[in-house]
Amino acid sequence: MAAKRKTPVKTRNPDLIRGVGKYSRSKMYHKRGLWAIKAKNGGVFPRHDPQPKAPAAVEKPPKFYPAEDVKKPLLNKRKPKPTKLRASITPGTVLILLAGRFMGKRVIFLKQLSSGLLLVTGPFKINGVPLRRVNQSYVIATSTKVDVSGVNVEKFDDKYFTKEVQKKTKKSEGEFFEAEKEDKKKLPEDKKEDQKAVDASLLKSIEGVPDLKAYLAARFSLKSGMKPHELVF
Amino acid sequence: MPFKRYVEIGRVALVNYGKDHGKLVVIVDVVDQNRALVDAPDMVRSQMNFKRLTLTDIKIDINKVPKKKTLIDAMEKADVKNKWENSSWGRKLIVQKRRASLDDFGRFKLMLAKIKKAGIVRQELAKLKKETSA
Repeated sequence: MAAKRKTPVKTRNPDLIRGVGKYSRSKMYHKRGLWAIKAKNGGVFPRHDPQPKAPAAVEKPPKFYPAEDVKKPLLNKRKPKPTKLRASITPGTVLILLAGRFMGKRVIFLKQLSSGLLLVTGPFKINGVPLRRVNQSYVIATSTKVDVSGVNVEKFDDKYFTKEVQKKTKKSEGEFFEAEKEDKKKLPEDKKEDQKAVDASLLKSIEGVPDLKAYLAARFSLKSGMKPHELVF
Repeated sequence: MPFKRYVEIGRVALVNYGKDHGKLVVIVDVVDQNRALVDAPDMVRSQMNFKRLTLTDIKIDINKVPKKKTLIDAMEKADVKNKWENSSWGRKLIVQKRRASLDDFGRFKLMLAKIKKAGIVRQELAKLKKETSA
C-alpha cells in the first residue's frame, strides 16, 4: 500500500453546487500533478504489483476429531476498571470494620492498594488489628480523621500480604501424627518491625487528641434505639 | 380545662409536618375553618392547614396581613427568637438536633461524659446516705 498522509487531503475541487465541481477532468489532471508522476515514472502511471507471498506452511490434517462438535467459547477481552475509592475515605480516616474477625473495630485507613483493597492498621497496640487488607464494601467511613503524614506506606502492596507457598512434603504413615507439631506458623520478625514502624508515628498523633485512644480501642455496636439510616457517621 | 393558646393573628406556631418542618411561623390571617395564612422572615407567605401547626405561647403584635418589613420589625420587638431559644420547648428541640447530628466519635465522647456524670452523682448520693445513716 502507498504510504498514508499525515493529514487527509483537502479536496482540490470545490463544489459549485452539490454534484458539480468547479474544475473539469482535464483541469483536475493537471492540478493533481498526475502528469509529473507519470513523467517521473517514464510515461506510465506507476503500478504496484502484488508482492510474491511466502509459500504457506503445509497444514497437516488433525490427528484427533472430537466425537461431537465442541463450541468454542467467545473471546472476552474485558478489562475490569480500577476500584473507585469512596470520597469519604481519605488517608487517616477512622473506619468501622463490619465483617470478619475484627468486626466492629475502629481502625485507621492508610492507603488503597493496586488490587482495590484498603490497607488498614489498628494500630496494633491499641486494638489488636495489624496491618491488614480490607474490602471497601465491608467498611463504614466515619468523619473522624487522624494525621498520618508521618507514616511511610510506600513498601506495602498486595505481594506483601500473599500467603507463603508451603512446600509439599510427602508424609509416611508414622509421620502423619507428628506433623501437627509444625503447624504453628510464627509471624516473621520483619513483619512485626514493619507494624511497629507504622504505628510509632500514628500513636503520637492519636495521643494528641483526647479520648481518641479509648475510641479506637472500643468496638462499635448497634444499641437499642439506634437507627442506622438516621445515624451520622 | 379551657384552652390557653388560641389561633389569632400574631400567634407564633411551629410547623410539624412537610417541607418547612421545624420552622417557627407567624399566623398572619385565617383563610377558613381549616387553613391559616402563615408567614416567616425567611419564607414566602403561604397557606397552611392548622393540622400542620402546633401553637406556641409566643404572640406578637401585628395587624392582619402585614408587610414583610412590618412583620420582621414586630418579631424583633417581641424578641421571638430569644424567647423561643430560652423556653424549655425550644431548648429541647435544639438539643435533639445537636444529638442527631453527632458523628460516631461524638457519640462515644457523649457516652464517656454520661458515665462520668453518673459516677459523680453516685458518689454524692453515697456520701449523703452515709450522713443520714450515721
